[in-house]
Amino acid sequence: MIPEIGHFALVLALGVAVVQAVVPMIGAQRGNLAWMEVARPASVALVLCIGVAFAALTHSYVVSDFSVTNVFMNSHTDKPMLYKISGVWGNHEGSLLLWILILAVFSLAVSVFGGNLPPALRARALAVQAMITTGFLLFILFTSNPFARLDPAPFDGRGLNPLLQDPGLAFHPPMLYLGYVGFSMAFSFAIAALIEGRVDAAWARWVRPWTLIAWVFLTFGIALGSWWAYYELGWGGYWYWDPVENASFIPWLAGTALLHSAIVAEKRDTLKSWTILLAIITFSLSLLGTFLVRSGVITSVHAFATDPTRGVFILLLLAITVVGSFSLYAWRAPQMKGGGVFAPVSREGTLLLNNVLLSTASATVLLGTLYPLFADALQLGKVSVGPPFFNSVFVPLMIPMLILMGVGPMLAWKRGDALGAVRRLWTALVATAAVVLGTWVLAGGSVVNAGAALGMGVGAWLLLATMVEWAERVRLFRVPPRDSLRRATNLPRSAYGMTVAHVGTALLVMGVVGNTAWKSETVQVMRPGETIPIGPRALVFEGAERMPGPNYDAIRGRLRLIDGDGHTIAIMSPEKRQYTSPPMATTEAAIHTTGVHDYYAVIGDPSPGDGAGAFVTRFYYEPFVPLLWYGALLMGLGGLVSLSDRRHRVGVPRRARAAQGASSTAAATTEAPARA
Amino acid sequence: MRRGPLPSARPWLAAALMLGMLAFGAPASWAVEPDEMLDDPALEDRARDISAGLRCVVCQNESIDESNAEMARDMRILVRDRLLAGDSNADVKQYLVDRYGDFVLLKPPFKPSTWLLWFSPVLILAGGGAAAWAFYRRRDAEAPAAPAPLSDEEQTRLRALLTEAEGAAGTDRADPGGRA
Repeated sequence: MIPEIGHFALVLALGVAVVQAVVPMIGAQRGNLAWMEVARPASVALVLCIGVAFAALTHSYVVSDFSVTNVFMNSHTDKPMLYKISGVWGNHEGSLLLWILILAVFSLAVSVFGGNLPPALRARALAVQAMITTGFLLFILFTSNPFARLDPAPFDGRGLNPLLQDPGLAFHPPMLYLGYVGFSMAFSFAIAALIEGRVDAAWARWVRPWTLIAWVFLTFGIALGSWWAYYELGWGGYWYWDPVENASFIPWLAGTALLHSAIVAEKRDTLKSWTILLAIITFSLSLLGTFLVRSGVITSVHAFATDPTRGVFILLLLAITVVGSFSLYAWRAPQMKGGGVFAPVSREGTLLLNNVLLSTASATVLLGTLYPLFADALQLGKVSVGPPFFNSVFVPLMIPMLILMGVGPMLAWKRGDALGAVRRLWTALVATAAVVLGTWVLAGGSVVNAGAALGMGVGAWLLLATMVEWAERVRLFRVPPRDSLRRATNLPRSAYGMTVAHVGTALLVMGVVGNTAWKSETVQVMRPGETIPIGPRALVFEGAERMPGPNYDAIRGRLRLIDGDGHTIAIMSPEKRQYTSPPMATTEAAIHTTGVHDYYAVIGDPSPGDGAGAFVTRFYYEPFVPLLWYGALLMGLGGLVSLSDRRHRVGVPRRARAAQGASSTAAATTEAPARA
Repeated sequence: MRRGPLPSARPWLAAALMLGMLAFGAPASWAVEPDEMLDDPALEDRARDISAGLRCVVCQNESIDESNAEMARDMRILVRDRLLAGDSNADVKQYLVDRYGDFVLLKPPFKPSTWLLWFSPVLILAGGGAAAWAFYRRRDAEAPAAPAPLSDEEQTRLRALLTEAEGAAGTDRADPGGRA
């Protein structure tokens, strides 16, 4: 019964979405306020309907109702409750439902917090958002019904891939989706503005918080996925340039560009047309990511061809979105008037350059990801595009951007003084040189290490320049400390957001460079009592034992991490687990972190040929990996801090308006009866 | 969902792909096993280095160094055999390319069929740069003509006003890097 209610609620949602897509749009075209206002109750109804459907599916998972095909395919009675629930979005149909729920929640958020938006813009944006929702509802209802039943109901389910039974991964997809789908809001605002034919600084101000929210979630989502790959896959790696990773990274790069161009659009009323285009591109790339992952086209072109229904449907959605929005853009964008003029050497100039580099990076990763498909389709032969390609094209694009990131914030708007900026950054320059030299000497001074030292220097430069910029703002050491403190507390939150996010980027860069350069790995057979060095420490293998788990059997190794004098630093217990349903083996790496470096141990198969109790072990010394997580965390936090800025805080302007806007309310009430 | 030969990975592939992650099969064995490794550490280092750039031809975008597929193991052993036979790194790669085609190289070779791939970052960057340049040019053309320079009399007045203002505002100049 409950799954049928869920199914019914989805059909109902389709009806509501169509109403929300059509009525407010017509209302906005005709200037009919009552029609425009339909969007608000509709968005509430839409969230309710989709929420009911989502709750119904969750219920089926919680009670393990295996008469529902989706539950049978992806759940099992033995599974811990957390993974029964995360199983809801651990599959195609369920994750699509989550996707639609998030679309509707964003729509609701705009209706609730968008009180400060002009009614017509709000109505149009909500209508566009509902159009996207309609498309996805059609997709789920026609090709991917999560509520399909099985008769007779099987006794037990097939279970969830044990690799996905992990707390990190339970929250990774919702985060990623909040990011992907969040960009739909920027897209909807862009389309609404194009239809309206008016884009001003106020528009950019309204769009920025929504873009920021999406970007923060996508950043956290990607970081969470990367962290999961690091500790769960047992390879000591955190980024593989896998097509599925790229599918989330491409929109992230475009979204980062959007975030920065929106600043120029808001502050200087220029680059507006480009910002609109970027909003469209970013969401299109999110859709493309969904298509790539969902259609199976990444697995192989042939997998796509054998069951093309879903893939073709998403491709159709993508085509309608891209062709529709780009046509609208081509038609309306030329009418937009540019605002403030600026010189190439200026804050806007560096932000524009940042956009050029980020867009190029995004396009390059996209091309690299799709090239094997193109080559195959165009009969150019089968090629592989892997990490060596991406590293060799991505890194050269990022280096100038990172260097520029240190200088840009020091330049004034409109016309900057490059020489002056460099002069004010001399402390950072000198310190960076010291870091490069120090790293090089400490690393042994070989030619091989010179590149790594320079790479660390790029990260250090960004870190130091960002700190100097902050110090300049508060006039540290130039005015009495009390004055500096007063200035520090008065700095806008958005300024702190930038400082925190850029410091995060610097840490991330140093983490990646340091890890790539100084990581080491050993693979060996160990008998109990043997010791193997790992980085500056060593690991003693003390044996392994069988451990039963709730839905798996494990072999747990016991390793002692010791320092040079043989003192025990930590006991590490890596596991190799054999899950029963589905039958699959996984590794649980043991990681000991010092906060800067990680010691990473994995236990493999027994090797009886080498003596009693002998096991294959794999150790990784992972220097600087924790910096990556701190960096990603700071980047996301920077976004949140910026979001908390008074001018961005969704809702504050509404209160301010309520205080000053008695006259406009009066005007609205006098107008309303006239229409009625 | 990265590791694993394609056939065994299939049932889980969709679920794992969905989650935006890497595909996994049931790992029967591990990537590089101690029994495959060469005794000469320098040679083994070279083997690892070469392996990282070679694709396991039955896997999803995995190098043979990471993959636990049988096929990858065979290829790793092949690489080590060639190294023992005295091949240079380039010889080993060429040997595998002759057997499996360019598909085996994770870094595509530079040739007419991949020119588009290799040149495009430069082309896109040049296109972006040209667009930015055009933007500045158009801006300069559209910008209102610079106002006529101040006359001597106006200059004197301006200077007087500025000194007056500076005296009033004290030493606290406008924040040079200040954001609005």
